[in-house]
Amino acid sequence: MQALLSLSTLFYLAAFVAVYASLRVVLQNNTVHALLYLVVSLLAVAVCFYLLGAPFAAGLEVIVYAGAILVLFVFAIMMFGLREDETRIAPKAGQVRYWLMPSLLALVLFIEMIYVITLEESKLSATATTIASKEVGALLYGPYLLAVELASFLLLAGLVAGYHFAKSFAGGGR
Amino acid sequence: MSAMLAALPFMPLISFMILIVAKDRLAWRFASLISVGALLFCTIVSLLIAQRVLSIEGEPIRVMLWQWMQLDTGVSWLPISFSLVVDRLAAVMISVVSGIGFLIHLFAAFYMKEDENFVRFMAYLNLFIVAMLFLVLADNLVLLYLGWEGVGLCSFLLIGFWYQDKKNADAARKAFVITRIGDTSMMLGLLLLFTSIGELQFERIDSAVIQQWSVGNETAFWVALLLLGGAIGKSAQLPLHTWLPDAMAGPTPVSALIHAATMVTAGVYLIARTQSIFMLAPEVMNLVAWCGALTLLLAGITALAQTDLKRILAYSTMSQIGYMMLALGAGAWSAGVFHLMTHAFFKALLFLCAGSIIYALHHQQDVFKMGGLLKKLPIESGLFTIGLICLVALPGTSGFFSKEFILGHLWQSPTAGPLFWWLAIIGALLTALYSCRLFFLVFLGESRFEGELHRLTSRGALLALLFLAALSLVGGIWHSQFNMPLLQSQELQMLNQSILTANNATVVPTWLHTLAIATPFIGIAIAWVLFAKYRRSFEQPLISVNNAWVRFSRAGLGFDYLYLFLIHKPFVFLAHANRRDVLDQLLMLLSHFSLWTKDAILPTQNGSIRWYAAVFALGLSAYILGWLL
Amino acid sequence: MEIVPLSHVLIFACLLFVIGFVGVVVRKNTLFMLMCLEIMLNAVGVAFIGAGNVWQQADGQIMFILILTLAAAEVAVGLALLIRMQQRWQDLNIDKLSELKE
Repeated sequence: MQALLSLSTLFYLAAFVAVYASLRVVLQNNTVHALLYLVVSLLAVAVCFYLLGAPFAAGLEVIVYAGAILVLFVFAIMMFGLREDETRIAPKAGQVRYWLMPSLLALVLFIEMIYVITLEESKLSATATTIASKEVGALLYGPYLLAVELASFLLLAGLVAGYHFAKSFAGGGR
Repeated sequence: MSAMLAALPFMPLISFMILIVAKDRLAWRFASLISVGALLFCTIVSLLIAQRVLSIEGEPIRVMLWQWMQLDTGVSWLPISFSLVVDRLAAVMISVVSGIGFLIHLFAAFYMKEDENFVRFMAYLNLFIVAMLFLVLADNLVLLYLGWEGVGLCSFLLIGFWYQDKKNADAARKAFVITRIGDTSMMLGLLLLFTSIGELQFERIDSAVIQQWSVGNETAFWVALLLLGGAIGKSAQLPLHTWLPDAMAGPTPVSALIHAATMVTAGVYLIARTQSIFMLAPEVMNLVAWCGALTLLLAGITALAQTDLKRILAYSTMSQIGYMMLALGAGAWSAGVFHLMTHAFFKALLFLCAGSIIYALHHQQDVFKMGGLLKKLPIESGLFTIGLICLVALPGTSGFFSKEFILGHLWQSPTAGPLFWWLAIIGALLTALYSCRLFFLVFLGESRFEGELHRLTSRGALLALLFLAALSLVGGIWHSQFNMPLLQSQELQMLNQSILTANNATVVPTWLHTLAIATPFIGIAIAWVLFAKYRRSFEQPLISVNNAWVRFSRAGLGFDYLYLFLIHKPFVFLAHANRRDVLDQLLMLLSHFSLWTKDAILPTQNGSIRWYAAVFALGLSAYILGWLL
Repeated sequence: MEIVPLSHVLIFACLLFVIGFVGVVVRKNTLFMLMCLEIMLNAVGVAFIGAGNVWQQADGQIMFILILTLAAAEVAVGLALLIRMQQRWQDLNIDKLSELKE
């Protein structure tokens, strides 16, 4: 069992799932399907986090990201009533010319990044040692207190802005 | 005395400024009082100064008004100032300019009385006098050039006085452009003189030039040649003469003042003033003589074929200035200037009388439509005839004295010679011929003019004419003044004697003098026969001969056409070919380039967010690439 | 116990990032663009967590939390804008937003 599912294998598997799901998100036409693929991607990434010794982050990823933010997306889709296919404004799969330049650019970027990453012969490796949530909390309310406060400002601003922008849709005001 | 000299050019200037500012708010009486009064002041002052300077022990009077500029000669600073100097030459000139100017202003005040732009006219006339006075009073070449340009400007303004008619504006422009060519040449000469000698003040030029250059010096040759170019333009000699006949488009007082008495003599004055340079360049003096002689003959021939009264007088002016140039070319400086003075008298008289006659005949200028005016307009005819007599140089008149003076110097001059004497005699013959033709056509014979005569009845105008007539007749008494040299410096006199009186080897024939006196009479006799039909009464109307020769002559021996083909047409062709302007396109290259880059970059500013995101990534990859390399 | 070399984690993060980028550039529907933006943000989070693990410090997770916060606020505002867009043009095509004035 253990040999079959060693931690590194698990990691690679989860990574592969995440990448595949992301690809499906990008290439999907159906809105809801794309969203669900995104959820899958996020869950796979949460697994990666757990394997990288960050359970707290994994939990947050699932609860906040996949659970709150993507649900917002779901609400939005529900409000717009976007049907299954919005092919009128989505690119057709066969339009290679349309995808060519961005893919090329992305490829160039990707190759460069790989090159930069593998430039140094570093022996650094991720370990499975968990970093306890307690430590995270201590850091949050210690040195990073200011950052937390600023983050709360940001959320407040987002709240107000969201409320303000969306108001007219319901109320008929400006 | 020097205070009076300082005030001399400024009185007409003040008058000009008053008239220009007040323009139409002035009544005729007041305006003419100001302008003519200023000229009266000038005349009185000029005569007083002249009397002082021209006396036996007279010294030149100098006054410096202010420092104008300082020119860097490399070794030192040459000061150029607004300084006025009156020596014998300048004394003669200011008397002529002021005196004749005053009489013409007086005439013009009555002649132009009904013109609606009267004040502007008198203002321009005054401005002209200011410029001319600066020209002759200048003690350095730069101030002279200022006056030179000033008279050119005023000539333009006055020829094109009735500018609403396009023909007049064209004539003014033609005069300005052609004299401009001469002015440029003169400026080049001035600059060459400055760079070689480093002096621009006349007295210092004289001494510096005599010390540093010998006869036949190359720089002297070029400077003299370039100055000659300027003189030719202003004095309407060959080849820059085509503007003078057309300049008759201006009012008659303008023709009298500018194109008979003063401006066209500026060239003569210039050469007389810079005689030291000319004497060191004998080839140029020879050229001056040739210029004068050819113009003399050409203008005489052309005058024989003209039908317009004023054009005949214009060509006559051209011809007489040719005489002056001939005199200068032969080294007879005083003789040339004396002829300048007498010519001013009778030519102004002729023009003003012509003006009265034309006015009387309701602006009819064709001589073939005039006739028998001796009976109809006795006073004007009589005065005109007096002018003609002086022009033809019958014995006793001022014209006679000055012409004899010139002829006397021609035979023995080293830069002229017997040939030129004969050319001058032929010129005198031609003068007699066209004058008689004019006389017969206008005054004798039957009156070909229909309608009422419209006399100019003002006494002021008549007074001016009488004065001029008197001067023309008795002006010869001053010839003794001109036996003395005009410019007084010692070195100049020595140079003069060494060069010009050297050629005493040629024998002067005894019949020279007699033939010279007899020539006008011979000319009158020939004309009596040749133009017989003009002086008799005829039943049918008289028309001019119109064969090819006459038409060719009437067009100024084809010079206008020559310039049209030689200069005008190629220039217009080139201008048309260059209508997109090569140099402009070169400069526009920069703007075209920037527009091109704009068009290249513009699509990137399309507002599309996806495009912007792609550009972010592009920039990022470029940056990383740069960092890697 | 070592699992994965850091370079692999980072390459994984890059891959996710690039995929998200392609999606942002290519898709015209604003909703899809937002989704792909989420992928990109997520990828960045992976990189941070990985780095934090390698150096055994909690700072990586802190950073991830902040990014999460950012993503939340951004989605909130973004979706509100999406609502206005739908209301205005009845069409979520991002190219409608290419001019300052409509």
